[in-house]
Amino acid sequence: MAIHKVVSNAQEACEGIESGMTLMLGGFGLCGIPENSIAHLVKMGVKDLTCISNNAGVDDFGLGLLLQGKQIKKMISSYVGENDEFERQMLSGELEVDLIPQGSLAERCRAGGAGIPAFFTPAGYGTEVGEGKEVRVFNGKPHILEHALTADYAIVRAWKGDTAGNLIFKATARNFNPVMAMAGKITIAEVEELVPIGELDPNEIHTPGIFVQRIFQGKSYEKRIEQRTVKPRS
Amino acid sequence: MGSFPFEGDEDADLINAGKQTITALPGAVFFDSAMSFAMIRGQHVQLTVLGAMEVSQNGDIANWKIPGKMVKGMGGAMDLVASADNIIVAMMHTNRAGESKLLADCSLPLTGVACVKKVVTNLACLEIKDGAFHLLERAPGVTVEEIKAATAGKLIIPDEVPEMKL
Repeated sequence: MAIHKVVSNAQEACEGIESGMTLMLGGFGLCGIPENSIAHLVKMGVKDLTCISNNAGVDDFGLGLLLQGKQIKKMISSYVGENDEFERQMLSGELEVDLIPQGSLAERCRAGGAGIPAFFTPAGYGTEVGEGKEVRVFNGKPHILEHALTADYAIVRAWKGDTAGNLIFKATARNFNPVMAMAGKITIAEVEELVPIGELDPNEIHTPGIFVQRIFQGKSYEKRIEQRTVKPRS
Repeated sequence: MGSFPFEGDEDADLINAGKQTITALPGAVFFDSAMSFAMIRGQHVQLTVLGAMEVSQNGDIANWKIPGKMVKGMGGAMDLVASADNIIVAMMHTNRAGESKLLADCSLPLTGVACVKKVVTNLACLEIKDGAFHLLERAPGVTVEEIKAATAGKLIIPDEVPEMKL
């Protein structure tokens, strides 16, 4: 592989991220979030970020850590229910928030990565979400125009990755990671296990390495669980 | 989707849409969020059941935002109500203040317009058509008068209103 993508840690991976940039961060709730990179963004102290992520973490983990440091200027998300600091900053006007339907969020990222500038969807028609947006009727049903999303940096977490940037996600930690990986001008993948090229079965790769510019093996994953639901062993 | 995992078997990478730890049954498939909503938007899912804060007599639903108060976001609710053919709302008939949640027009920000087909509450089962709530069934022990009193929107009451069989 002529292009060298492997970096040694989050610090090297996040090089070039500056205040005022737009970031996409994979994950659903705390599942599949790029923990190492988020921790490093906190350390970097970059501010005025626009963060595109389905959720905003919880008060003391995930994107909540960036909110605590007031590093985020604007959030683009679909659901932010589990975060008191988020709600406080939003209601006080410190934080700009664009809440968008989850399916539109996923598709806007996918479209951004796929070179489709905009698309029509029925979701949000006749609601606040549709205000000011172009409406067209297809098959008798009104749809609104939604624009693609891209980011200066997309940061994703995968289960396994190879040195060419090919990625495999685990279970439901896949969520927004593949579509966001497509939509970053620079995409950073932190993986739980980094292997040499040739070790991953090409049939089983979820994200082709062409979408990934930097990859590193993360460490000390906490993988916090938001709602631990179990049944007793009887 | 399987049951909750046994204590100690929970996997942070395997959760449901409520972020609860779950298990996968044989035949399960994992997919990304764009494909998840392709299934919904593409009408490969026939039925959606969800809760609501308000439902109007023309089938509008409000369930995601109270201005100046709660900020949670709509999650996937707008995609769901805009796409599925059959949408059933399951909710209490009145709110905590005792006010009807079945209205002529929703007062809260909408989640979707003219999409709800049926409402099932603690008092009754109602169908929404032609701009009105049509009473189909009463909950056990509930009278038509009680349902009438708790419904602010236009209510059509047929001669016979059977009691729900639970």
